[in-house]
Amino acid sequence: MLKHRVIPCLLLEHGGLVKTRKFSEPKYVGDPINAIRIFNEREVDELMVLDIRASREKREPDYALIEQFAGECFMPLCYGGGIHSLSQAKQLFSLGVEKVCLQTSALENTRLISEITGSYGNQSVVVSADVKKGWFGGKHLYASCAGKSARITLEDFLTRSVEAGAGEILLNSVDRDGTMSGMDFDLIREVSRKHTVPLIAAGGVASLQDIRQAVLAGASAVAAGAFFVFQGPHRAVLITYPKYSELETLLGDMQDNESN
Amino acid sequence: MITILNYGLGNLNSVANMIRHIGGQCKIASCPDELLSADKIILPGVGSFDAGMTALKATGLQEALYEKVIVQQTPILGICLGMQLMTERSEEGNLPGLGWLLGEVKRFAISESQKLSVKVPHMGWNRLTVTRPNSLLSVEEECRFYFVHSYHVVCSEADTIARSRHGYDFVAAFAHQNIFGVQFHPEKSHRFGMKLLKNFMEI
Repeated sequence: MLKHRVIPCLLLEHGGLVKTRKFSEPKYVGDPINAIRIFNEREVDELMVLDIRASREKREPDYALIEQFAGECFMPLCYGGGIHSLSQAKQLFSLGVEKVCLQTSALENTRLISEITGSYGNQSVVVSADVKKGWFGGKHLYASCAGKSARITLEDFLTRSVEAGAGEILLNSVDRDGTMSGMDFDLIREVSRKHTVPLIAAGGVASLQDIRQAVLAGASAVAAGAFFVFQGPHRAVLITYPKYSELETLLGDMQDNESN
Repeated sequence: MITILNYGLGNLNSVANMIRHIGGQCKIASCPDELLSADKIILPGVGSFDAGMTALKATGLQEALYEKVIVQQTPILGICLGMQLMTERSEEGNLPGLGWLLGEVKRFAISESQKLSVKVPHMGWNRLTVTRPNSLLSVEEECRFYFVHSYHVVCSEADTIARSRHGYDFVAAFAHQNIFGVQFHPEKSHRFGMKLLKNFMEI
């Protein structure tokens, strides 16, 4: 039976690994290659690496570094950050990356999603949507590169992206990022009901029970950063990942539950 | 030496990375001449059935493969789309397949009542049931693999070596003489994939 995926999500900043809190205060957590080796040994389901500075600094993906990641990853690897053309995506796939994650370019225009999925299939593109609470409590789509609310709604953005061919949605909650304070299950429920493509829920994972709750709310996969790199109240850096058998026990009965 | 076929589809580097990691040697072949010396072949593939067949024809690799696989009986492993192309046809396209194995490719037919919980594509880690002894997968050991696909092979019980389940049981791997196919991605399946590729290297 298919198990729901649990995905460590690593953030890159100028070649180093960082972890943010609410999308700011990036804290250096170590060397990415070392972290990837540990996650590889832990036999993680999948790995996601996002360069949080590339688009902001109008930089290309760091191909040399990504090639090293791919050489260490014996599980599917998704890369995001600074991808603005089909030729960049092509280069990433040729290095050994399975999926590319798009946000900034997709917010401008969904054409790139169609171009990439036209050549590499729907499973090759993950569209990333960040959601942030507004002043009056409403939830808005957030453009992380620009650092402000996006001009279109979450609903429109996701509908257009999926129509353009995106095969998965990465849904992150800005206010919960790095806080390990629990996930926004209402948001996960709302998005998973409206879209049929697999949903990767992120933001705020504090426990294995959160992962289970997110799956119950409709997520096909759960991504987490802080939960897998920090340990204890002082946020000491310690890379961990549960055993497959633990995850299977945690998530094993999910398909039956959902169909009820 | 394993020769990985490059026909423009598929993540060749992931396959090459894993083969090197387990101590094997490999090279990438993009034209018929480069295939001549192969003693083992891997046919990877991501994408649509017709795109795959068109690319194999356009590069002249289809005929070269026939010579190697059918005439010379060189062992070959098809991965994902590569496995599907080895059959006679697919619901996904109009072009005939390579037809090395009796069988066809069908889209996952998930019943209405299961549609919310059993999504297509089948994406993620799943366990296998090995249905008969073979040189790729051992019957006793527990193994799991990473899958990403919306279509699956339907072939005879005699050729099937492993099944997996997504809504219903489907063929996860087949073997017919020197021809092997796996629906999952061994190159992305940790030690389980390494073991399988090692077994293929030792055939």
